[in-house]
Amino acid sequence: MTERFMLSRRDLLKTSAAGAALGLASASFPISRAFAAAVTVGFIYVGPKDDYGYNQAHAEGAATLKAIEGISVVEEENVPETVDVQKTMESMINLDGASLIFPTSFGYFDPHMLAMCEKFPDMQFRHCGGMWNKDKHPMNAGSYFGYIGMGQYLNGVAAGHATKTKKIGFVAAKPIPQVLLNINSFLLGARSVDPAITCQVIFTGEWSLAVKEAEATNALVDQGADVITCHVDSPKVVVETAAGRGAFICGYHANQSPLAPEKYLTGAEWNWAKVYKMFVDDLVAGKPMPNFTRGGLADGFVKMSPLGPAVSEAARAQFDGTLAEMMKGGFSVIKGPLKNNKGDVVATEGQTFVEAAIELESMDYLVEGVVGSTA
Amino acid sequence: MDATEIGLWGVPLAVLGGAIRVSTPFIFVSLGEAITERSGRINLGLEGTLVFGAMTAYAVAVMTGSPWLGLLAAAAAGLCFGLFHGWICKFRGVNDIAIGIALMLFGSGLAFFFGKPFIRPSAPDLPAIPFGGWSDIPQVQAALNVNVLFLIGAALAVFLWWAFRNTRAGLILRVVGDSSDAARAMGLNPNTVRLIATGIGGALAGIGGAYLSLYYPGSWTEGISSGQGLMAVALVIFARWNPLGCFAAALLFGGAGALGPALQSVGVTQGYYLFYAAPYILTLVIMIATSSPSRSLAGAPGELSITK
Repeated sequence: MTERFMLSRRDLLKTSAAGAALGLASASFPISRAFAAAVTVGFIYVGPKDDYGYNQAHAEGAATLKAIEGISVVEEENVPETVDVQKTMESMINLDGASLIFPTSFGYFDPHMLAMCEKFPDMQFRHCGGMWNKDKHPMNAGSYFGYIGMGQYLNGVAAGHATKTKKIGFVAAKPIPQVLLNINSFLLGARSVDPAITCQVIFTGEWSLAVKEAEATNALVDQGADVITCHVDSPKVVVETAAGRGAFICGYHANQSPLAPEKYLTGAEWNWAKVYKMFVDDLVAGKPMPNFTRGGLADGFVKMSPLGPAVSEAARAQFDGTLAEMMKGGFSVIKGPLKNNKGDVVATEGQTFVEAAIELESMDYLVEGVVGSTA
Repeated sequence: MDATEIGLWGVPLAVLGGAIRVSTPFIFVSLGEAITERSGRINLGLEGTLVFGAMTAYAVAVMTGSPWLGLLAAAAAGLCFGLFHGWICKFRGVNDIAIGIALMLFGSGLAFFFGKPFIRPSAPDLPAIPFGGWSDIPQVQAALNVNVLFLIGAALAVFLWWAFRNTRAGLILRVVGDSSDAARAMGLNPNTVRLIATGIGGALAGIGGAYLSLYYPGSWTEGISSGQGLMAVALVIFARWNPLGCFAAALLFGGAGALGPALQSVGVTQGYYLFYAAPYILTLVIMIATSSPSRSLAGAPGELSITK
């Protein structure tokens, strides 16, 4: 028992030094107020910051925070989803003085971020994805995500007009709910143009495997798919391979049109700058930050790439019409009657799931018309 | 038959196409490693050389606009890495495996560091020769678009197989690899031979890297190799230090790797993780089938530190 009250020498030194500095500063230097307002925010990425994809989207959001006075940003890239990320979080807190951390990759959450939440109860952690649950997880944690499935639906609209073979393709990493919703949305968007369209999906099993993604893209084109999109961390390889084989592309995560300007139809992009600024504003103002943050096209969390030159007039009209509908709110991608690709009913006649429906965050099926399996 | 619907034929076609597309880096790295190991040293650093070669090739191709200059630069960079390994390992008490691991990490790290500004720009690709002109089916044409490096790799495998047995240089290499003492008695300097062998091995691995970034998948990203260099080193042992075996093993790995995506594309979607394990399961099966207690490391150079 006595051990609990013992202070290590290092802690004692740290505390007294900090106390002395604080006392000294507040007594004699007015500058201390500026320090008090200074906030350090940590960002952790699973891959390189400029990957034309997931990490680039986050890093662009983080970059806008750097411009705000009193905010400093620390970043670390290429951090694996292992105990390494715990070390990164600890060093961001202990060495860099970060008080808010964004571990941006799916696999950082459990158990790594949860362990850190317990160890540092005064620090705030917000995870990108849909994992946080208020009954199970600590209150200094939280999750934020955007309804990018809507963007994939719009991708599907553009794809539905562009496809001649009535077959479109999707290169996916892992069958988690967000990915499944994107695949389903892409197909349903295309089916809003022509209900005969099918979507072939290939799972690569990892977020970033360049050679396998290229093989998957080639296999899809070999089987007649003529519009390809993807949900992998870096769509660069998929975009370049598909364009090289003459297929059209719908982008994801960030704008990849410079890689294939002629073949790029449109793309679903993140706009994290808006989300990060919201969190940091709350933190600076001393307000409690939300634990559960979601938003879509209307909230500015998600945006679409400008339509490419291959998009027809008819496609453009339907795209703009659907987008306007979504901006009004209440648009449902998943609506009954709808079956999954095993023939079970997932939405009955008249049943609709709006973008914010929490059921969508535990999606475990592929809808009718998607050729593929979740396991 | 509709030209765009090839159905189940897509699987063998994808395996063939995959074998040609994916195998080339394996061919070059494993041939390079075969030369190095035949001289009695193991260079585990070829993964790092491969990644650094990929970065160098891409960067030079972006800056000069010529993929061939990129290829040359990658080979030169690989040569430097190889020579460095060979030079350090000549000192007494230096472990070639440990140096290899160090160079692997160093090569990847250096490539990530210098490669940052080259992730976004696009580089010109190495040319491919279309061998599929006889067919009207676009899928066949795409599968038979063979890159020149694959052909060079195939020719090199045959040449090395012949040269190991029939040339003076091949004999010197094998003598040094099998017994340093015998080599010294013949008046050869094992360190010089190994330095050259490791250098050539590094240059070949650099060329393998250039193929990755300049042809397939054809872009520079930090995850481009995902361990192919290490696997290629293992292939050499699998191939019993025989260049033709290296070539066959590389084809096998490439083709088996294409099996997973191809099966999913024709609708065989259950258990794709299992199909992705196909190359490794295949390796295991062949290893077990060909192993025998009496000739366990047949063909292994005697001076190799794993056999000593």
